[in-house]
Amino acid sequence: MMAWFAENSLLLGLALLDGLAYAALVFMVAVGLNLVFGVLRIVNVAHGSLFAIGAYTAASLGLFFASRGLPPWAGYAALILAACLVGAVLGPLIERLVLRRIYGQEEVLQLLVTFALFMILEDVQKLVWGVQPISQDLPMKVLGTVDVPFGEDVIPFTIYQLFVLPGVAVAVLAGLAWFLRRTLTGRVIVAVTTDKEAAMAMGIDAAKVTLLTFTFGAGLAALGGALASPTTSLVPGIGAQTIVLSFAVVATAGLGQIEGAALTSLLIGLGRSVAVYFAPEFEVVVPYIIMVAVLLVRPQGLFGVLETRRV
Amino acid sequence: MTSAITRREAMFGAAATAGSLLLAGGNAGAQTKPTELRVGITTFLSGAASVFGVPARNAAELIFEDINKAGGIGGVPVRAYFVDEGPGTDHLVGEFRRLVQNEGVHIMFASISSGSCLACTPLSDEMKKTTLLWDCGTQRIFEEGKHPFAFRTQGYGTPEVLAPLLYLLKHKPDFKTLAVINQDYAWGRDSWELWKAGMEALKPGVRVVAEMFPRFGAPDYSTEVTRLLAARPDVILSTSWGGDLVTLVRQAAERRLFDRSTFVLPVAEASMQTLGKTMPAGHVIGARGDHWNNHPKPKDPAKLAKFVEAYRAKYNEYPIYPCHHMAQAIAAMQAGFARAIAAKGGGWPNDQELANAFRGLTFDTPTSSITLREDGQGLEDQIVGLSSFTEKFPFAVPKDMIIFPAAMVSAPVGQKSVEWLKTLKPEFLAQVPAPVAG
Repeated sequence: MMAWFAENSLLLGLALLDGLAYAALVFMVAVGLNLVFGVLRIVNVAHGSLFAIGAYTAASLGLFFASRGLPPWAGYAALILAACLVGAVLGPLIERLVLRRIYGQEEVLQLLVTFALFMILEDVQKLVWGVQPISQDLPMKVLGTVDVPFGEDVIPFTIYQLFVLPGVAVAVLAGLAWFLRRTLTGRVIVAVTTDKEAAMAMGIDAAKVTLLTFTFGAGLAALGGALASPTTSLVPGIGAQTIVLSFAVVATAGLGQIEGAALTSLLIGLGRSVAVYFAPEFEVVVPYIIMVAVLLVRPQGLFGVLETRRV
Repeated sequence: MTSAITRREAMFGAAATAGSLLLAGGNAGAQTKPTELRVGITTFLSGAASVFGVPARNAAELIFEDINKAGGIGGVPVRAYFVDEGPGTDHLVGEFRRLVQNEGVHIMFASISSGSCLACTPLSDEMKKTTLLWDCGTQRIFEEGKHPFAFRTQGYGTPEVLAPLLYLLKHKPDFKTLAVINQDYAWGRDSWELWKAGMEALKPGVRVVAEMFPRFGAPDYSTEVTRLLAARPDVILSTSWGGDLVTLVRQAAERRLFDRSTFVLPVAEASMQTLGKTMPAGHVIGARGDHWNNHPKPKDPAKLAKFVEAYRAKYNEYPIYPCHHMAQAIAAMQAGFARAIAAKGGGWPNDQELANAFRGLTFDTPTSSITLREDGQGLEDQIVGLSSFTEKFPFAVPKDMIIFPAAMVSAPVGQKSVEWLKTLKPEFLAQVPAPVAG
């Protein structure tokens, strides 16, 4: 075993770097989904659409800025602007018009409604952006690459994937933890997550909290999409691919667990990249193998807590 | 005023009705000309493969508009019924039956996905409805069974993989290592099996340093790119397409993987517009046929230019290969109906007569002619070349093109592709035509 590690240490090092970048992207989407579930108690299938629309909006804004002759760095403004726009516009719209009507309803109904919303938003994407792949990679290109030593060789990595994506993910995790534990608004959100009825009895406006949380979660999904957009091609169906993996992260982490989402994303990111190097046939199933393994041992997820249910 | 009907009268009436119905059935061979020619078309209108399906539908609408302006087919205007392959095979099978039984389509076009074609072709047998396989590539259709009502109006997996392999062996004969990165579904796996069989026969001893099949629609290939950078293969094969190929090429180009290895991309053509100048020059690219915008010697240059310009004018982009495949299917349909009507002395053909007309049919495309073999498979030439840039196009087009005659790169009738590829000898390379300028 040790001999295998020694023999493959260089490749494992590369896998670690790849896994970190991938985990960062997965975390950005899953954390929003997790946050929304914690407060709204709704598994929002349309979260994938918010990721996709965030990505498309960021690419469109980036292309617009470039066509206006703005410097390549403006691409970063496009990423942030897109996340804010999508979160601020679609978040309240969806929460007020759709989700508010299904709070407390049966889970099957909630799933069906958010799935219907997902399908509608998929068609909206096609109406607005068409079906051909859209790319806008200026934010990645402007930073260039860095050569990582690999024995006597070097492996070029993009600085965007090696530093920007993990950096933003860590910042979001730290920011969220600080916001939820150190600010009044954050504590109110935690109170509603923990016991909605008690929080309302204390005078907390739960409706306002759910609106705020969903808007914030939508913004995080859109930010995930915006950050992914420079590295990928945007095509119909990108939201569906994302939401499936996000569900695996959320289920493994435990519903409503922010740090759990971070750790699970890391596990999945590293597991997947190690699989690409040493057992590529398992690449696709690694996230789900991890999920099943965790749920068999801890059905409530890595960080989830067992809840009593009134029957 | 009312009148009572006796039992005898009722019996007589019923017998007369049944007799007239029987007579009508007996005259089914004498078809009357319909008021419209209904065409059922299955294509991807949703999901990742809509990057192919929607442009193909656009091409069909454009061409049908022209056909109808010119008086239709056999004097009958054409009406298309589009069905989405996106929801899956079970849904598609139901839709195929609905189009034939409820909508009464006269001919079916199916499909983009090989899985869809494998599901629809037996239906064409069962329902005796002429079905043109307009885009799917699986070799299994005509190699694993006979389908008297199905005809493929373009090439298929075997020539589409063998032609780039032969090109590579001519262009870079001394390569020693190869890696593959294909999408994890039927085409990705089948195309690798075909390539491997051909490569082992034509150039034994090539070492495969990586076999990767990332999931279909994967948004990120950075890990795979790192592994390929570390493995340093002489050649990287990818039959990926759509957004997957665009992402792979962009990530690989950004990290200079194209500088280390020669890429072979048999389905590259459809992604060249999206990639623009990002696609590096000097790599092997294919188009699943011979319909490149810079075809060196198209059979009918004016017709090719007219189609390309009409499509660009309406949709603000160049047509990609699924558009050409749709145009080929429509050209085949026109030729098939013309032949069937002529064989019937101007009468409208029934289903069997229409199917008979397609067997052995040769029809013209803007770039060449395609003949439908006795097994139903179309023989379409393949053009492969090296990615390059000219002043005429804002995206990569091939140079040093080799036009592979369809019959040369297709498995003979009655033989299975993988088995046939295994019988090829290195001397086969001597038959490869010389490159022509773009």
